[in-house]
Amino acid sequence: MVRETTTEVHHHKETFLTRYIFSMDHKVIAIQYLITALAMGFIGLFLSWLMRIQLGWSGRQFPFLSRLFPGGVEEGIIKPEFYLAMVTMHGTIMIFFFITAALVGGFGNFLIPLQIGARDMAFPFLNMLSYWVFLASCIVLVVSFFVTGGPAAAGWTAYPPLSGVAEAIPGSGLGQTLWLLSLALFIASSLFGSLNYITTTLNLRTKGLSMGRLPLTVWALFITAILGLLSFPVLLAAAIMLLFDRHLGTSFFLPRLFIAGHQAGGEGGNPILWQHLFWFLGHPEVYIAILPAMGITSEVLATCCRKPIFGYKAMVLSLLAIAFLSFIVWGHHMFVSGMNPLLGTAFMTTTLLIAVPSAVKTFNWLATIWGGNIKFTAAALFAIGFVSVFTTGGLTGIFLGNPPVDIQLHDTYFVVAHFHFVMGTAAVFGIFAGIYHWFPKMFGRMMNEPLAKAHFWLTFIGVYLIFFPMHYLGISGVPRRFYDFANYDFIPPSVSGVNIFISIAALIVGAAQILFLVNFVWSLWKGPKAEKNPWKATTLEWQAESPPPHGNWGPQLPTVYRWAYDYSRPDATEDFVPQTVPVVGAPAGTDGGKH
Amino acid sequence: MVKKQKGSIHAGLFLLVTILIVLAAVVITAGRFWWLPPLASEHGAWTDRLFVVTLLITGIVFVLVQIALAYFVFRHRDDPERRAAYFHDNKPLEITWTLVPAVIMTLLIVSGGRLWSRIHQSPPEGAYEVEVWGEQFKWALRYPGKDGQFGRTDIRLINDTNPLGIDTKDPASKDDIFFPAGEGELHLPVGEPVVVRLRSKDVLHSFYVPAFRVKQDAVPGMVIKTWFVPTKEGEFELVCAELCGLGHYQMRGIVIVEPMEKVQEWLSQQQTVMDVIP
Ligand code: HEM
Ligand SMILES: [Cu+2]
Ligand SMILES: [Cu+2]
Repeated sequence: MVRETTTEVHHHKETFLTRYIFSMDHKVIAIQYLITALAMGFIGLFLSWLMRIQLGWSGRQFPFLSRLFPGGVEEGIIKPEFYLAMVTMHGTIMIFFFITAALVGGFGNFLIPLQIGARDMAFPFLNMLSYWVFLASCIVLVVSFFVTGGPAAAGWTAYPPLSGVAEAIPGSGLGQTLWLLSLALFIASSLFGSLNYITTTLNLRTKGLSMGRLPLTVWALFITAILGLLSFPVLLAAAIMLLFDRHLGTSFFLPRLFIAGHQAGGEGGNPILWQHLFWFLGHPEVYIAILPAMGITSEVLATCCRKPIFGYKAMVLSLLAIAFLSFIVWGHHMFVSGMNPLLGTAFMTTTLLIAVPSAVKTFNWLATIWGGNIKFTAAALFAIGFVSVFTTGGLTGIFLGNPPVDIQLHDTYFVVAHFHFVMGTAAVFGIFAGIYHWFPKMFGRMMNEPLAKAHFWLTFIGVYLIFFPMHYLGISGVPRRFYDFANYDFIPPSVSGVNIFISIAALIVGAAQILFLVNFVWSLWKGPKAEKNPWKATTLEWQAESPPPHGNWGPQLPTVYRWAYDYSRPDATEDFVPQTVPVVGAPAGTDGGKH
Repeated sequence: MVKKQKGSIHAGLFLLVTILIVLAAVVITAGRFWWLPPLASEHGAWTDRLFVVTLLITGIVFVLVQIALAYFVFRHRDDPERRAAYFHDNKPLEITWTLVPAVIMTLLIVSGGRLWSRIHQSPPEGAYEVEVWGEQFKWALRYPGKDGQFGRTDIRLINDTNPLGIDTKDPASKDDIFFPAGEGELHLPVGEPVVVRLRSKDVLHSFYVPAFRVKQDAVPGMVIKTWFVPTKEGEFELVCAELCGLGHYQMRGIVIVEPMEKVQEWLSQQQTVMDVIP
């Protein structure tokens, strides 16, 4: 387990190019991932503004939009196909290119080596390759905005035949091809990352750092990597098969069709096959996004409450249980797809069971807070906010996981509310908590706390105003992926008022993210210099310089003597004991059998 | 107890905001300002009941957990004179809060599973049958005619006069009654079991009648049957609930529920395949 304990000498000369651009240093790669992901996140956010403009004020002319998007907006009115393209690109960007990239690529790269006392990832070159392939996937996706027909418009789930036949919707031309290529690249990059994280966590832990002493962030990222490694390849295969169907005349997913006045498709293809393959990744994917955010929340809560995380073992076991179950619940997206109803029963069982480990985690966070002495850093606020939105979103999953109830709620705004809380907002809160917490370590400077707290309050209140009312729309039966609701009598007239309300809230919350952007950029250059351990935390990264040098540690790797959560030990004078402090009277590298 | 506690503003604000969120959620939900559409089917009463049960359970948990979170945060806010407690395990507590959700979930799984299989048991013999086809962005219909049999169809036979690709050589086709997409309404008998055969010519669609609590995808290449019992006479809206293209939001249909005699009478006045396709 311990590979090397002495200095690693760096022979190669570092130029600007190898240091910041083609770097193999996990910290630089982490920052590259994080900043690229944030940039993508802002694009996704911008798209949500446009969607909200359409949903709030359908039919109203906004001439400035015509100037911005001559192809998608006619006389100031967003076209339906452009609306659907935005829904698709918003969802795709937010899920893969923002939250997954930031949490797994960004925090995974930054935290794993530092928190396990390694000098770098096991395969630094593969790591660099992972980032560059990811960047290529971002570029391909962004380029698809500018091709004829516009970007993909079949939803982030890309169900064929809509995504399989060019005539089905304008976005299913070149746009959809680029979408599939981009996703294939993204998956390749993510696989490189997963291999690295798993190997690194298993092999490069420093002396004394047994698996049972790992911080929960590392546990979460490690399990996430396993999830990614096992589920992403399935989507890669599906994406390639769909490309074949589109361009080489196969028919994996396309039966005989009659679209736009002529015959299409082939013999024997089955559209439902895609749904199985897609959700075999798609469901684990939401856990790929949420597990690291859970890890970050656990870490930040313990630090800011000055208390050990409650139920460490249960936290690890519940992560494992969630990860395992997440592989066998994908069918809950398909209760009304035409899949055999018997399968529905099986998927209902596994899905509702996931509520148990999720509840355990929530109770453990509550118990961590109980008896604490909470330092209200911005990171702490976002971690507490995470527990709030995760609870709200998790509970609505109990409706959707129960097929008789799901019949009515499926593909309505209830689902939009559900996943924006449990996955969207929760993951984003994890990202913000992580950035506010580790920014000093990443860049050696502090962020502005008052500004960060203002950002929290606007965002926290805002997301409830945006997404909570969507539950009521869904209960009233309002379908999702709808460009306009005017045609229907069953939709109560009050819905248009609700939509205006949501849109105003969304515009404000979107604008509030500028506070974060300004704070981030300003602090990079002007923030006060950070000490080694500004939050008085116990984990290893806080024993390194801020920011840590290439190779992370001085001549000697750190040795670990205790678990990651020795906060407020009654027998210690300070209210935290770093993992590197030996336990009095116990042999080196052990804690005498106790935490 | 006038101690200066740092972070009181944030603790207080979090408590206040949480209370407001919880209050708003409870008042709006309990007041049913927005609620399920008026019900018009038999099994809908059962699914609605399960919905309400789930709402009660999750609602109680929502209120308890959110308030506990906010109260804990408020109560344990930063106090320079105090030190945090040191504990990190409590077996009985942990076992309890694992078992309680497990039991509740098991109950939901059992009731959900039973209801699901009840909804999906096979329809009674001789139930009224109708075929609904999705196509971008309208609904087409076919009734089996006097023989109660639907004739064979083939996508390759589709042309202007034969929009569903009905095989006129199949004897069962002769008396079929069909309506090209966007023409004709879906006539269903009240109080009788109704089987809807869902099909699609092009992409996925979903047959969603909010008042019936029925939602079932239409998949090209497949015939998917769903059945239910309409319980109210009147006109209801049919909505497409699976993204099917740029006109998805306009894919509206009308369902007319009336006594069986009226349905039969109406059907007997319609032209059959023999009359329409040369
Ligand atoms: C202020 C922030 C956000 C707003 C206002 C917003 C708004 C919306 C809207 C209006 C839709 C389309 C609903 C429809 O027509 O069906 C949507 C879809 C979606 N959003 Fe967001 N969103 C936000 C943030 C996020 C985040 C952070 C995520 C991250 C996971 C996310 C993931 C998605 C996904 C996956 C879809 C579904 C796309 C599809 O139907 O294919 N959103 N969002
Ligand atoms: Cu899922
Ligand atoms: Cu449709």
